[in-house]
Amino acid sequence: MTGHNPGDSGWFRHGDPHDAESAATAIRERTAEQPQNWPAEAVRAGFVENENEYYDTLYHATVHATRAAVQARETATERQLQYSIAAMDDAERTANEIAERVAEWAGSLADGRADGDRASDLPGGIDGARAVAAWTPETPAEERVVSLAERAADLDAERAELRSFVESQAPAVAPNLAEMAGPVLAARLLSLAGGLESLAKKPAGTVQVLGAEDALFAHLRGRGPSPKHGAIFTHEHVRGTHPENRGSAARALAGKLAIAARIDHYAGDFRQSVHDDLADRMAVIRAREVGE
Amino acid sequence: MTADLPPGIERRRFDGRERFATRGEPVYGEPQDDAGWRAWDAGRSKLGAVLELGMDPGFDGEDSVLYLGAASGTTVSHVADFAGPTYAVEFAPRPTRDLLGVADSRPNLFPLLKDARAPETYAHVVEAGLDYLVQDVATRGQATVALRNRRFLAPDGRLVAAVKARSEDVLTDPDDVFADVLDELREGYAIVETRRLDRFHDDHLAVVAEPQAGGDP
Repeated sequence: MTGHNPGDSGWFRHGDPHDAESAATAIRERTAEQPQNWPAEAVRAGFVENENEYYDTLYHATVHATRAAVQARETATERQLQYSIAAMDDAERTANEIAERVAEWAGSLADGRADGDRASDLPGGIDGARAVAAWTPETPAEERVVSLAERAADLDAERAELRSFVESQAPAVAPNLAEMAGPVLAARLLSLAGGLESLAKKPAGTVQVLGAEDALFAHLRGRGPSPKHGAIFTHEHVRGTHPENRGSAARALAGKLAIAARIDHYAGDFRQSVHDDLADRMAVIRAREVGE
Repeated sequence: MTADLPPGIERRRFDGRERFATRGEPVYGEPQDDAGWRAWDAGRSKLGAVLELGMDPGFDGEDSVLYLGAASGTTVSHVADFAGPTYAVEFAPRPTRDLLGVADSRPNLFPLLKDARAPETYAHVVEAGLDYLVQDVATRGQATVALRNRRFLAPDGRLVAAVKARSEDVLTDPDDVFADVLDELREGYAIVETRRLDRFHDDHLAVVAEPQAGGDP
């Protein structure tokens, strides 16, 4: 107990308990270490006439607070996750593109520099951009290329931040999907499907080829083989399986991902069993003999 | 089943079979008779299974209840039909949306989107001295949840919990899991009765217990 009267910590003590908004805020945000006989406290404090009135007020306040909390948690995080994964992809693509330009440009300047960096020593990609960003520019051209390299490095840092944001948010939106697919792939599947609800309504075969629409439609027009996997290719269960068995692995994974998405949307609790089932199935697929 | 039923719970005939029932708005497609009684599906509700198997939690019809793990409100709808003030805590937003629908026609049902592992986030709303703590949470540490929420129970109140073995550990034999959970529960409760719910719910143990004197863990 902290020195003050513990009766003060009741939800109705904050703001006007008869004002739905302020009561809802108190219910959502306040805390108390120990419960009290709140109906009696509220009557004694004069907030309500009697216990019936208390329960009536409490009913409206909890329903209002919970409806608002549900809406905030459900829609906001899910949408934020979709924006984040899209932004993460943008940042990655753009950082790589700029880094490539930097490598080409800086390569033309490196051999003339006094500090010994040689064009052939510059690493490629983002690492190269980071190396160039550390140069002390000596000419106007170097000034520009160093500045550009800094942008690429910054963008890559933002990509990493976005990734950890996605990783922290995905399990709250879709606990089973995030556990099974990993948070980043889970977010990508949500984004490709246009939300958890629509992902939960997709058949497993569609989940399997989400992100491979070009190949799928080429196949449907009679050009090319049917795609075995879309975005789920990045999953260890698919990528780490021998190519001969990848179709089976992708099918098994997609089937369970579809189920995980449905659990997340329709139930929302974490179910260990679906993860165990997939692990069993993957063990069977991986144990298969592969031909020559 | 020989125990007296509290007012608000009755055995009624549905399709030629006698089942437990409460009176209220239907929630999950359960049958309802002309007098407004709706069948309590023991296959979908663990508390329904507890009654069906002849355990007697001792409800008296005016009980105040804290229900942890309310989910979509299947079970808590029946509880609110026969009980007094019923606080329903659920952590996941999606099922809570359905729970709000259940609360629409039940002015004694107070839905809360809260984490049952953190009772301090709702102790400013849920009153002390409750008659029942009903727990059906599918999370690891179910005994810990029951111990932490003991603060809401009256000294002569009761815990009625459905313990799910697979939520604690999928590899260990359920019997061993239940033994561990009961051991931990004994830190704050005296176990009154336990029974496996397997006829209706695989790998679940129903526990009725009374709070014991002693500080909160």
